[in-house]
Amino acid sequence: MKWTKNADNWVAALVMLPSVILIAIFVYYFIAKTGYTSLTDWGKDPSQALSAHPKIKFIGFENYKDLFTGLINGRFRQDLVSTFFFTLFFIAGCLSVGLGLAMFLDRSPKGEGLFRTIFLFPMSLSFIVTGTIWRWMLQPQGGVNQLPSLVGLPPGKFGWLTSREQVFQFDWNSLPLFTALVVAMVLLWVAFSAFRNGFRRRALTALASAGLLIAWAFTLGSSVQLLPFEEKHGFNLAFIGILIAAIWQMSGYTMALYLAGLRGIPEELREAARADGASEFQLYQRIIFPLLAPITLSAMIILGHISLKIFDLIFAMAGADNAPTDVPALLLYVTAFRSNQLATGAAIGTILLILVAFIIVPYLRSQLRSEVRR
Amino acid sequence: MIGRTITYSVLLIATLLFLLPIYLVVVTALKEPAAIMLSTTWQLPKVWNWDSFVQAWTAFLPKLKNSFVLTFFATLISALLGSLNGYVLSKWKFPGANIIFPLMLFGMFIPYQAVLIPLFQFVKSIGLYGTVWGLVLVHVVYGLPITTLIFRNYYAEIPDELVEASRIDGAGFFNIYRKVIFPLSIPGFVVVIIWQFTQIWNEFLFAVTLTNPKSQPITVALAQLAGGEAVKWNLPMAGALLAALPTLLVYIFLGRYFIRGLLAGSVKG
Repeated sequence: MKWTKNADNWVAALVMLPSVILIAIFVYYFIAKTGYTSLTDWGKDPSQALSAHPKIKFIGFENYKDLFTGLINGRFRQDLVSTFFFTLFFIAGCLSVGLGLAMFLDRSPKGEGLFRTIFLFPMSLSFIVTGTIWRWMLQPQGGVNQLPSLVGLPPGKFGWLTSREQVFQFDWNSLPLFTALVVAMVLLWVAFSAFRNGFRRRALTALASAGLLIAWAFTLGSSVQLLPFEEKHGFNLAFIGILIAAIWQMSGYTMALYLAGLRGIPEELREAARADGASEFQLYQRIIFPLLAPITLSAMIILGHISLKIFDLIFAMAGADNAPTDVPALLLYVTAFRSNQLATGAAIGTILLILVAFIIVPYLRSQLRSEVRR
Repeated sequence: MIGRTITYSVLLIATLLFLLPIYLVVVTALKEPAAIMLSTTWQLPKVWNWDSFVQAWTAFLPKLKNSFVLTFFATLISALLGSLNGYVLSKWKFPGANIIFPLMLFGMFIPYQAVLIPLFQFVKSIGLYGTVWGLVLVHVVYGLPITTLIFRNYYAEIPDELVEASRIDGAGFFNIYRKVIFPLSIPGFVVVIIWQFTQIWNEFLFAVTLTNPKSQPITVALAQLAGGEAVKWNLPMAGALLAALPTLLVYIFLGRYFIRGLLAGSVKG
């Protein structure tokens, strides 16, 4: 029977229509509007920023150019670098703490349910509650810094949220060089694994691209100047406090994922490996960790997109104006809603969206594709 | 034997670390403002002062009310719409559904910063800026992807033959929903309602951009209280406990369903 012949099919489609329209407007139309706004000069003239019918001029990619190479936008560039490091350490922290806890819980200790409840409860809290609590925990002269004094040691002195110290510094001008090298490394790895699996064509393509990139990096790449001056960026140590709070809140999530994964590994498989003389260490290295790899990937993607968007936690812990702990999401809020620089704010929002889309779109695609196969 | 000892020591130390912040919150909330000193942070209060909770309660009551109204309506509407959408997507697939569904799902992962500016202007232009209802609308819309996803996966488990049988008996779209699908949906609704309740109660970005002091929910009020200078810490700590309590209770008593929602968020569920 043809789909259109049945009246109920039409009813069904009509029932979904309002939701589809709402998503079309609130997600796609608004994204398009943000994208367009980011190509205008809205907010450059303060008198136009808040008027009901602002005069807006189309200026192309000017705002993006300014953000990446403009004299006064060092803050944005530092924010990008901060987000990068934050995401890296946040994912690493959550994965290792979560995996560790899950491995111990997998041995079915007494009171397992209680332990699980305790490790997961921070997930049910608002980032604002977590932030408020940890803001107090990380006061320069109190909380965590006072812990050593409980056992008779001198109190700590670290300025958890205010430290201006920076490590892993690099010059913004060498960013294209680093990016090219990192991408080349990834390509080399792709080539290597393709070669090992017998995809010769793919291996050669990847190898050639990697070679091209490396050649570019060491000839033209090293002479690219984004800025007319040197600008140092790096990992702000003030983020350590935020990382602790974020990992405290989110590692329960990875624990739950890993625990579900570990429980899904049949006991016979472990028995068989042990019978073959595998040590506990080899068992994990050869059998269990490879089986957990898809979970790790999912967790990395979910955590990564949370980390790129992070806003509330830092807002509650350090406020929107604390320079050492700034991220693009906070900068957007301050730029667009406090200084009324709407176009610049829209550009930051679009950049965030592109970053998130890079990890989410392939993920959604593979998830839905594997579902069809199921 | 040694393995057991290590397991328990690690788990106990981890428990201690996870609960440390909670200890500090409770202890601080129970101290008299004058007795809160950075150097004695970790000590138990000499005098137990329950007054902070009374103060926080009176100060936060209107905000808690806003949060409850917001959460109640947004959760219910988004759950109902999600249920209908999930029903359509699992049992009445229309041409193009395979394209529309992923496009909808993408909406749950976008950084909301990328829609914040037009959203703010839109809510303002329809006259809902500064009201709880504006926030309800926003949470309903951005809640649709996850509620639809959970219900779709949930209804996929209901055999198509059940739907087919009522169809042959002459039941239409809505009758099948009412008589077959909805009665089987209770566990699905529990998962979705708990998930949405937690998300919306805890949300901050929309709340801080779309409300004013009169309509702001508890998260915004708490952030402002704790962010103020010269703040006496017993009050924010008591406030944090109040703000955390509803979702914490839900988690403690209905944790199983909470975790299911959590895992559903990673799409396949």
